[in-house]
Amino acid sequence: MNLTLRIWRQKGPEDKGRMVTYPVDDVSPDMSFLEMLDVLNERLILSGEDPVAFDHDCREGICGMCGLMINGDAHGPQRGTTACQLHMRQFKDGETIDIEPWRASAFPVVKDLVVNRSAFDRIIAAGGYVTAPTGSAPEAHSTPVAKANADAAFESAACIGCGACVAACPNGSGMLFTAAKLTQLSLLPQGQPERYTRVIGMVDAHDEAGFGGCTNAGECTPACPKGIPLDTIGRLNRDYLTATAKGANNTPGS
Amino acid sequence: MTKTRSPIRSNVGLKAVMAVTGILLVLFLIAHMLGNLKVFTGETSFDHYAHWLRDIGKPLLPGVWFLWILRTVLVVAVVAHIVAATVLARRARAARPVKYAHRKKVNGSYAARTMRWGGVIILLFVIYHLLDLTTGTLNPVGNESKPYGNVVADFAPERWYVTLFYTLAIVTVGFHLRHGAFSAFRSLGQQTPRGERRARTAALVFAVLLCAGYLVVPFAVLTGLVS
Repeated sequence: MNLTLRIWRQKGPEDKGRMVTYPVDDVSPDMSFLEMLDVLNERLILSGEDPVAFDHDCREGICGMCGLMINGDAHGPQRGTTACQLHMRQFKDGETIDIEPWRASAFPVVKDLVVNRSAFDRIIAAGGYVTAPTGSAPEAHSTPVAKANADAAFESAACIGCGACVAACPNGSGMLFTAAKLTQLSLLPQGQPERYTRVIGMVDAHDEAGFGGCTNAGECTPACPKGIPLDTIGRLNRDYLTATAKGANNTPGS
Repeated sequence: MTKTRSPIRSNVGLKAVMAVTGILLVLFLIAHMLGNLKVFTGETSFDHYAHWLRDIGKPLLPGVWFLWILRTVLVVAVVAHIVAATVLARRARAARPVKYAHRKKVNGSYAARTMRWGGVIILLFVIYHLLDLTTGTLNPVGNESKPYGNVVADFAPERWYVTLFYTLAIVTVGFHLRHGAFSAFRSLGQQTPRGERRARTAALVFAVLLCAGYLVVPFAVLTGLVS
């Protein structure tokens, strides 16, 4: 396959940045998207140019490091797939592909396609944990959990924190991420003691990081490589309003 | 750690404000629509109903008190709805300072995408509508004691542009409610997939019924069914 790539190049956080066009020939349809970028980078290095910086780690869709806006789709055209698991057979020969970083003020660009996602870490640090010592994995029957709750909690626990929800959201909101990190704890018995301080702390951290608010537009779920459902956000809303009514604050366990 | 901001100013709190004020306004819209449909019961009945509106709660409350209480509640709801929407829209804009060079039309519904500008159109219409049929300033008849006559004069065939603007505004309200009614449930904590399907269906059916209920009046005047 022969492709034309238009890639966002930005030398550093202060650089203004621009789209740069690169023709790439001899791309195998069996390559992953990131392997195709590796090929481009090898050629750029050989010709003495600066390779394109992009985030990646496991390349098997579970670490959440990779994240590219491909032709206006977070993680590309294939649903439920991270950019590293996307294959070039999803594209047509001769196609022009636009590649951009996630765009959000809470995710400043570090270089080229790499963004700083520590805002997500701050949301987790504000309450996305349980303080009770849980030890090693307990015997599964010792703490009964309703099947529906276990399923919904597990669905949310699949969140890899890649940031596609923010990238796809017309409001630049991180609500789907925040809601997933809440739900995986708030539906389980171990998460109950801090349920209402957690939601206040995490929503505060979310807003402080400069993410926008959710307008239920529904852009995030189709972009999410793990398909976290939109109704997860309703659970966050309910917990937040309940916590506010109870007069809870964001001090864990208080 | 201390609380960083008042809960009502959080993104979730502002959405709850929008949901509650939106529900209040929707309740008013339903009552208003049912009142409008009285135009089909004839001039005497409609005028009688319109005059009664000014006297609701009469023996208990003096004069037009109830009317002014209702108006105050509606104005507070409208202002709170708009303030919350403006704050959220500004935050959303600040959350994405650099736009995408390539971004498809968002997957979400047309209704979801047009909430903000739709809201502006509805506000402009409401201002016109009050000047037209409440104060009578922009009405060709503008006779406070004859509301039936005002309505008929308003949607006369030669004033087709008024009917057109009215229709556009009502359809905009319909789109606003198609997303807004579902969104209100979600903002107040609706959280199951089945509930989401029901809320979306209910919002669509409700928006269509409300549009039909409002549009039937001007078109009845236009076609001479009501004269």
